[in-house]
Amino acid sequence: MFRRVRQKRALPGFGLTLGYTLVYLSLIVLLPLACLMLKSTSMTWGRFWSTVTDPRVVASYKLSFGASLAAAVINTVFGLLATWALVRYRFPGRKLIDALVDLPFTLPTAVAGIALTSIYAGNGWIGQYLETWEVKVAFAPLGVVVALTFIGLPFVVRTVQPILEDLDPEIEQAAASLGAARWQTVRRVILPELLPALLTGFALAFARALGEYGSVVFISGNMPMRTEITPLLIIVKLEQYDYAGAAAIAVVMLATSFGLLLVINVLQWWTSSRRAMAL
Amino acid sequence: MAGSIAMTTAPTTARTRNAITEPVLVRILLTLIACGFLVLFLVVPLAAVFAQALKKGVGVYFASLVEVDALAAIRLTLLTAAIALPLNLVFGVAAAWAIAKFEFFGKSLLITLIDLPFAVSPVISGLIYVLLFGLQGLLGPWLAAHDIKVIFAVPGIVLATIFVTFPFIARELIPLMHAQSADEEQAAISLGASGWKTFLRVTLPNIKWGLLYGVILCNARAMGEFGAVSVVSGHIRGLTNTMPLHVEILYNEYNFAAAFAVASLLAMLALVTLALKSIVEWKACRQLQLLDASHGENS
Repeated sequence: MFRRVRQKRALPGFGLTLGYTLVYLSLIVLLPLACLMLKSTSMTWGRFWSTVTDPRVVASYKLSFGASLAAAVINTVFGLLATWALVRYRFPGRKLIDALVDLPFTLPTAVAGIALTSIYAGNGWIGQYLETWEVKVAFAPLGVVVALTFIGLPFVVRTVQPILEDLDPEIEQAAASLGAARWQTVRRVILPELLPALLTGFALAFARALGEYGSVVFISGNMPMRTEITPLLIIVKLEQYDYAGAAAIAVVMLATSFGLLLVINVLQWWTSSRRAMAL
Repeated sequence: MAGSIAMTTAPTTARTRNAITEPVLVRILLTLIACGFLVLFLVVPLAAVFAQALKKGVGVYFASLVEVDALAAIRLTLLTAAIALPLNLVFGVAAAWAIAKFEFFGKSLLITLIDLPFAVSPVISGLIYVLLFGLQGLLGPWLAAHDIKVIFAVPGIVLATIFVTFPFIARELIPLMHAQSADEEQAAISLGASGWKTFLRVTLPNIKWGLLYGVILCNARAMGEFGAVSVVSGHIRGLTNTMPLHVEILYNEYNFAAAFAVASLLAMLALVTLALKSIVEWKACRQLQLLDASHGENS
């Protein structure tokens, strides 16, 4: 399958490095994933179907999907605004805030989870004010949205930022000199340019949110049928020693993730081909 | 950035300058909304970690860090990263060398497969090893017969950590090595240098900042991973608890001050990672500019 068609240059080490890559990849990633598929085929189709469509599991799909979607939408809207401010405006602390955007990538999810819970709990910094308006965030579905918004925050900013930085100001000047009002230029000229990157960021944030576990389990309260996310149900099945059931839910999640991966690849290809055309 | 440079340097009239930016009030409003969002979601949680950690005083804070189980968790986290990091480093360099310097069939499929662990939920990353090495797993009976423990033991934690940090270094190096032509390596080889020497003297200096960048991110994830490790660890205090798992146990015991104290160490690690990352990005950017400049002189 990986037959060498043409060696580009006479450098040494092709066989060794490719061989090592394939062996390591197979041992760490491919074999264990294949084992998961194998395990899920050990149940009959009927049992598989009843496991993955159990009401408690379906409730978790709804929460995971809905909360991930809401968080990705919040991140797309505010991420675009934040990118715009970071790229186009100069204000004190801009560089610091720019560096902090990557915090959700480096802060362990468990730390984010307990920090957000302490802020939004009934006696927390923000939770106490929300309490007076009877808005419940911690230990409610809204808390899941907050945690997933945190986790997905860098994706939209980091995909849109390079595109916005490279945008040629001449096209804006051209639009303006042709009589477009500023908001028309933004809506008709700039936003269409940013659209592929914006969609890519949205899809990346959404995909990451679907699988997230660490930050959510603390703030959600994990109430069956109400605030359980799908990854948590895999853990629940494991604790009941129902390995086949855990594998079945995992296969459904994996299929969704790989479908999203395909969409993201197409979007990224669109973004880069747009960029190549512009340059 | 391009917009602001054009705004200040282009000899434009006031009218066209206004045409490519927004009214002052709109600019201030947008900046406030953007900063408000970022402060609410980034700065406030970070501040909460340190405030909660120090709530019961500095004495309690340090006492919870030098407690026996906390120290064991710190040791295990360091050990896990010390094993996972070199393994993924060697893999990343080997994969980047094969993919960036040679043409072969199935290359884009290979790149997609290397990225696969990023698309997998952390919980599933742990689950696959339980299904493979656990008592009911494929290799479980054989391992049990030979008295080898993988799941609910340190090897499982290391494996799960390797899985979730698998792509970091490779995906940083592949585009970087691809962008640099192989002419310099070619010259070194034709002058009689060995392949290994060529790599050390020619390739490594060109990729060192990208390599460091990947290592920093890989390390942060390796030390902070929670979901995958939580599935395979079994939460045995003092034995199979990493720092994030120790935070969870303390938190679930309502020992909030201690939980946040250990969490604050991880938060500091995250901040140091961000700082190092910014420095490396700046250095890599300068190296690229220097390269461009020297190419410009040559041509």
